Amino acid sequence: MMPFLVWLIFLLPLSSFIINSIIAMLVHPVSEGTRGGNLRNKISGYITIATIGGSLILSIWTLLSVMALPHHELAIPDINWLVIGDKLSISLGLIVNPLTVVMLIVVTVVSLLVQIYSQGYMHGDPGYHRYYAFMSLFTASMLGVALADNLLFLYVFWEGVGLCSYLLIGFWFHRPAAADAAKKAFIVTRLGDFGFLAAILLLFANTGTFDITELSHLAITGGLAGATLTWAAIGIFSGAVGKSAQFPLHVWLPDAMEGPTPVSALIHAATMVAAGVFLVARTYPLFAHSVEALTTVAIIGGVTAIFAATMGLVMNDIKRVLAYSTISQLGYMMLGLGTGGVAIGMFHLFNHAFFKALLFLGAGSVNHATGTFDMRQMGGLRKIMPWTYVTFLIASLSLTGIWPFAGFWSKDDIILSSMESQPILFVLATITVFMTAFYMFRAVFLTFGGEYRGGDPGSHGHPHESPPVMVVPMVILAVLAVVSGFWNVTGSFGVFLGHGETRSFVEGFFGIFTHPLPWISMLLAVLGILLAYAIYSARWLSAEHIGSLFKPLYILFSRKYWMDELYENIIVKKALLGGIFNGLEQVDTHVVDGAVNGAASGTIAGGGVLRRAQTGQLQLYGLFIGIGVLAIIVCLYLFG
Amino acid sequence: MSFNYLSTIVFLPVVAAILIAALPKLSDALIKRIAAVFTFIPLILAIIIFLRFDRSSSAAGAIQFEENLAWIPSLNAFYHLGVDGVNLPLVVLTAFLGFLVVLISWKIDLRVRGYFACLLLMETSILGVFCALDLLLFFLFWEIEVIPMYFLISIWGSGRKEYSAIKYVIYTLFGSALMLAGILSLYFTTGSLSMLDLAKSGLGAFTPVIPLSTIFFLLFTGFAVKLPVFPLHTWLPDAHTDAPTAGSVMLAGALIKMGGYGMIRICVSIFPQVARDYASLLVIIAVVSTLYGAALTLRQTDLKRLIAYSSVSHMGYVLLGIFALGQVSLTGAILQIFSHGFITGLLFAVAGLVMHNTGERDLKKLGGLARQMPIIAVVFSVAGLGALGLPSTSGFAAEFLVFVGSFSSTIVSGIQVYTLLAILGVVLAAGYILWMIQRVFYNPVLEQYNGVKDADVLEKIYMFAFIAVIMLVGIYPAILTDIINLGVLPMVSLLG
Repeated sequence: MMPFLVWLIFLLPLSSFIINSIIAMLVHPVSEGTRGGNLRNKISGYITIATIGGSLILSIWTLLSVMALPHHELAIPDINWLVIGDKLSISLGLIVNPLTVVMLIVVTVVSLLVQIYSQGYMHGDPGYHRYYAFMSLFTASMLGVALADNLLFLYVFWEGVGLCSYLLIGFWFHRPAAADAAKKAFIVTRLGDFGFLAAILLLFANTGTFDITELSHLAITGGLAGATLTWAAIGIFSGAVGKSAQFPLHVWLPDAMEGPTPVSALIHAATMVAAGVFLVARTYPLFAHSVEALTTVAIIGGVTAIFAATMGLVMNDIKRVLAYSTISQLGYMMLGLGTGGVAIGMFHLFNHAFFKALLFLGAGSVNHATGTFDMRQMGGLRKIMPWTYVTFLIASLSLTGIWPFAGFWSKDDIILSSMESQPILFVLATITVFMTAFYMFRAVFLTFGGEYRGGDPGSHGHPHESPPVMVVPMVILAVLAVVSGFWNVTGSFGVFLGHGETRSFVEGFFGIFTHPLPWISMLLAVLGILLAYAIYSARWLSAEHIGSLFKPLYILFSRKYWMDELYENIIVKKALLGGIFNGLEQVDTHVVDGAVNGAASGTIAGGGVLRRAQTGQLQLYGLFIGIGVLAIIVCLYLFG
Repeated sequence: MSFNYLSTIVFLPVVAAILIAALPKLSDALIKRIAAVFTFIPLILAIIIFLRFDRSSSAAGAIQFEENLAWIPSLNAFYHLGVDGVNLPLVVLTAFLGFLVVLISWKIDLRVRGYFACLLLMETSILGVFCALDLLLFFLFWEIEVIPMYFLISIWGSGRKEYSAIKYVIYTLFGSALMLAGILSLYFTTGSLSMLDLAKSGLGAFTPVIPLSTIFFLLFTGFAVKLPVFPLHTWLPDAHTDAPTAGSVMLAGALIKMGGYGMIRICVSIFPQVARDYASLLVIIAVVSTLYGAALTLRQTDLKRLIAYSSVSHMGYVLLGIFALGQVSLTGAILQIFSHGFITGLLFAVAGLVMHNTGERDLKKLGGLARQMPIIAVVFSVAGLGALGLPSTSGFAAEFLVFVGSFSSTIVSGIQVYTLLAILGVVLAAGYILWMIQRVFYNPVLEQYNGVKDADVLEKIYMFAFIAVIMLVGIYPAILTDIINLGVLPMVSLLG
């Protein structure tokens, strides 16, 4: 019975996808006054919420079961999938260990709340059923990523979440920006997946298995070592770099904000983008036994953290600020994995999922009221939208890392572990704390402080607080954004994931300040908040003045280091499409096919020449015959 | 005497072709019904033999549903048909496509009689190629196909149809001439035309009339034209682009597969040693085909031409899988042949619908059609995702097996690097497929297409039949690989 219930966690949202797809194809929305119209229009939302709710309950039950087990691991029998002689044998199986259940909880909790919220946000959209179908498929695939026990199936679901991301970014496909962003997201992440696939092949060629437990065992016992292990780990990491939008493949995530905002909250903040971090954690023994690979993870993470934060400083679109913040925080998680371990990276993933999802839902709520994402057109919303304001503020404090909010606990762990092993990255990470506080409170003050600046010029009407169906999920997430960090105050999260030791709650809660580091990072965070206050709320300093003072930097950040231009215009359009591929096309037309047509026209031309010999004059034929006979005689005389 | 399944499958379509051509005063509707019935029965029979096929491991290498009659005793030629794991999937594929192209052609109203006669004759010839186990019989079926295809392109085609049709014929005949030379050399060396005997006994005991490697390459070149392989591919974009929809579906779905099948059944099975010797070279050609095809695909702006060039790239994977010469890679290659038949067949079918309904094929002028034709958009997207190798489609299962098989192959040194290069083709595939989908279905809705119709009931039926197979094989590939493996096993034992 137990294995079936675990399977059900994945199968419930999948069934919701199938049902909703059929509904999306058969049922067209009707106007609301119609009898039964309300249910008919909203049925897909209810199905999705019910199934994901079921998955959540089962996930909690699984969490409790796993916690109760002495080895924290639940065995699920495999199902044979594909066997080719003795060369290849792939079975479909689930791995249920602490890492899995943490991810299950994150995915089901955030997904459920986002689905509830979406009922308000997507209300009246003609693609309502399609939206819930895609969201269900996404949730199923994401749970598949968490549960898969071998790299091949992990890759299968990994691509599945990528597909859903593509479909949902491009949900409003008639907008060219959305269609472009969707395509960009898919192709950029696929570039990273190239490395992931290569790593899978490399590992299989050397070990004959895809099973993660077996591979980890081989890495630990030394059966898998040296260059093979390092390259495999780096290949896996390249997949993670694409999915988790790490430098230099981060360019797709800001553009992905073209999708509906609840999608950004679920996929592009809490779960899918964190899948890269999860992947590294899942295959951590491979990294742990290769210093090069682990250092790569730490460096890419640390660099991404500060690199993305600089761009977040200057964005005017609230979702873009959050997007860069997400990239930066994912960088922190990678840094945590690279310097500390699974528990440290995963703990930040766990906390980040709640407060970042909340920030996006807040941005969606604000957009619902004002019709825009441009913070320059907002302002003054704290009075109009008190619930949104308070929850957004809590999430911002958590992200900034203010004690005792959730973000404080996990970020502190990461900075501490980087201080111990990577001093340069530690400095970068600490500077990033200041930047994070600044850009986040810049957003808070611009959006909620001061006076209302009118919203989207095209829309009329007064802004108002969002309906309860949107506010309630935000409130629940706000609670989580405070308390989720308490799990590790006692150190029990770390112990659950096999790292560290436990202490009493009080000791952890206050004892943290016996170390100087939390003081430093808190001080930096407060300074960042104060600077934002000084510029955007009290207006002691003028934003324009500071902008012109640091003009080169401002341009560099706001043009995103020209990386989009480099990739899209120079590499893709000029070098590949316009250069090499164009050259190949010329070769194909003029050389390869030219030879074919040349052979044909050559034959015709040759025939034309030979035709002239056929004059029909007997005298000429006689002459040729004579020459021929003479030639034979001469040859016989000479060589005979 | 037991029922001759294979003969019935192979010849029912041509019986219908003769009926249609010979019976006077048939109405167009009746012609279509005859064609549908006489292609539906072979499909059902193909499914029956697929289900009745002995999958136990003791059946490895055994030919099933065999029919063997003396044909031309003086030449030692036999009418020999049979299926094993290698060709059974291809028989099913062809029978499936043969029936569906009749449905796809339901709206044809130009010279209906001739059109369906050509279509049916072509189906018989392709099925014959896949079933024949005698080299002369094989060659005969191989040659018959050229004639109906020529007429289909030149009469019912579009664009530069006469040019494309004649190019197709001459190119194909060039390939067949070399192939015939190869078959004759083999015959004069051994005195046998039986593919099975030649594969079983090996060529070691004979003194070849010309070097074995020359015979190998004569045959290989004939097959390479068909597959096609760079640089012998330029007939394909022209023929696929200018053929009528059903012609494109048959060409891309079944016809070019004859090349890959020939390489496996004849080049690898009969010449395992030569195949080993030249595997490195052929694997490099495969990688070039893949990347070159993908690069050119990215430059196309015509809907059908884009799909056509993508076939060049995808057939590169077939070549890679074959000449990596491993059990897994060969299984993958055959699965890729099967899978590509369905995926690209569907892409051409839907592209044909889009062109028929909108009257436009230039990707720069299409757009926003997901609003006006949502069902077609969904189907096209699924096919596209299959083409770019998304997991849960047959495209992924096939390509993954090719990659994993090639990467682990021990026969070609340095094949890991070639495999990785070939995988880059998958990244490029994401580029061209998504660009195409965006160009046709996304972006702002265009007013001039407001009256455009979505798929009708018949079209929905055949599109979902395609999707069902693509997804079924993608989700549970063992349904085919268990069979394919039985056919691949004896070959692998020859390769050592």
